[in-house]
Amino acid sequence: MSVTTPTPVRKTTSSRPARSSRRAGTAGLAAALLSPTLLVLLLVIGYPVVAALRLSFQVSSESIDPDTGFKVTATSYGADNYASVFSDDRLLRPWWNTTSFALASVTLEVLIGVAMALVMHRAFRGRALVRAAVLVPWAIPTAISGMLWKWIFNSQGVANEILGAQVLWSSDGFQAWLSVVIADTWKTAPFIGLLVLAGLQIIPGELYEAARVDGASAWRVFWRITLPLVRPALVVAVLFRLLDVLRMFDLPYVLVGPRKHSVETLSMIAFDEMTNLRFGTAAAYATVLFLYVAVVALAFVKLFGADLIGRGTRSET
Amino acid sequence: MSTTTFRLRRSTTVRRGTTRAGRGTAWARRLGIAAIVAYCLAPFYWMVVSSLRRTGDQFSNAPLPAPVSFDNYSAAFDARNGFGRALVNSLVVAGVTTAVTLVVAIFAGYALARLQFRGKTLILTLIIAASMFPPIILVVPLLELFTDAGWINTYQAMIVPSMSFALPLAVWNLTAFFRQMPAELEKAAQVDGCTPAQAFRKVVLPLAAPGVFTTAILVFICAWNEFLIAVSVVNDRQMMTANVIVSLFTGQYKYDQPFGTQMAAGVVVTLPLVVAVLFFQRRIVDGLTAGGLK
Repeated sequence: MSVTTPTPVRKTTSSRPARSSRRAGTAGLAAALLSPTLLVLLLVIGYPVVAALRLSFQVSSESIDPDTGFKVTATSYGADNYASVFSDDRLLRPWWNTTSFALASVTLEVLIGVAMALVMHRAFRGRALVRAAVLVPWAIPTAISGMLWKWIFNSQGVANEILGAQVLWSSDGFQAWLSVVIADTWKTAPFIGLLVLAGLQIIPGELYEAARVDGASAWRVFWRITLPLVRPALVVAVLFRLLDVLRMFDLPYVLVGPRKHSVETLSMIAFDEMTNLRFGTAAAYATVLFLYVAVVALAFVKLFGADLIGRGTRSET
Repeated sequence: MSTTTFRLRRSTTVRRGTTRAGRGTAWARRLGIAAIVAYCLAPFYWMVVSSLRRTGDQFSNAPLPAPVSFDNYSAAFDARNGFGRALVNSLVVAGVTTAVTLVVAIFAGYALARLQFRGKTLILTLIIAASMFPPIILVVPLLELFTDAGWINTYQAMIVPSMSFALPLAVWNLTAFFRQMPAELEKAAQVDGCTPAQAFRKVVLPLAAPGVFTTAILVFICAWNEFLIAVSVVNDRQMMTANVIVSLFTGQYKYDQPFGTQMAAGVVVTLPLVVAVLFFQRRIVDGLTAGGLK
């Protein structure tokens, strides 16, 4: 005890000045290397977010100047945009569409994705081919896949042929909502499968070996070993997917179309306001969505403890 | 003696039991793999098949196009559609976005992976938070800004906002990649008389080439898939990207959507990515999983 304690003490005292001076040097270098990235992010994210906030509180009113008779536009600040957004259920429908898409799609994607990962786990022939196949839905641009599913869900399309039904998918209503969920699930369930597979592959085989020796059932092994150990990977995958679906635009916009009540998301309604040059309300809708996404993200991280930057702050555990 | 034989016999039966079960699960697995491949490829297959039908067979739901026709492809490239030009636009926007993003992200990724400094966690958090913004909140004020600046219908109006999602993705991936490289290499180069900058340029960068390449593929695919920004800041058909113009095809039918033509255009837009995925599937999977988790 008395022999071992002096050594680390001496070590830290001798290395402390050297390390702190090196840190001062690296701080400068780090600042130089990081400044372009931070500058770009400030420009393409920082500025627009602040500008959108400002815009959302901006109220312009047109009136006739009594002296000159010309039309004048007065700009003032107030909560009028939010008042109109929060009135008459204008927000409720797109909010519910956004939320229900997220709940339904992510649940389906997790179930299918985990099943896929479990099947793909373990070495097998043709691994490369399967991996490529799994990446195809992810690689197809969402707008193009929206078109593809619109074609599949056409009244004379292959979906109705297979189902032997005459569903008018892309008109509006529940079936339109369902078609978006199906298309989104197709596109991203394989992606979740890939991330979960990556998580599965770092689980040491000895654990399964031990479980088999102990005579655990496959179901028990899944609940007690696989699921807890793959949880970090799954939590991060679900978080990314959740945030992605909440801001969904391309898929319902192309697959069903704009201004369809059953599929219009918060992003779409903000876009619609923007294209009609009502920038104030557009910014208000976008801000509401932004806050909603932030709240969901925070709540999710708090609830499930997603370790997003774990690899950045400490060494591999 | 008797106990050993018993034990032996028991172990053989157990082994036989597991192999039989193993054979059963092997078949189940093969079936599962087939189901996954079918699930992933069937809609894409339908796009290809639909694109190869004659215009008259458009609503046929036969699993194979008979006869095979390339009418839809020539229709897609019809001058009225401006599809060729749109492909060039897509290529320019996605290509420039990728190139600029990589240059900026390499420095940041290297700093975040190698250097110890205060506020690193904060910067990593900021970068991950940056990738979570709903693009619509960025587009609304940018559209107003670009309108005032006369940037509507320009490449830069699409490239600059695209960096909002491309840059966090690239920095994140490159950080993960640089961290996997042994730090001793740069130290050795510096011992041999290189300055840190030289060590980075002559030793680190060539070795990091595979990681940079992987990141480039991911960023390019994301930029190529972008839709919301492109549809917002461009209203001139000459400047539209492929994704946007395909959704606006009118073709020769006036009231009905020309699905055959759209499917053909969709195949053209998607095929380079599918080929890239086939060739680089391993790298892409590495890149996708390195970003969020490993």
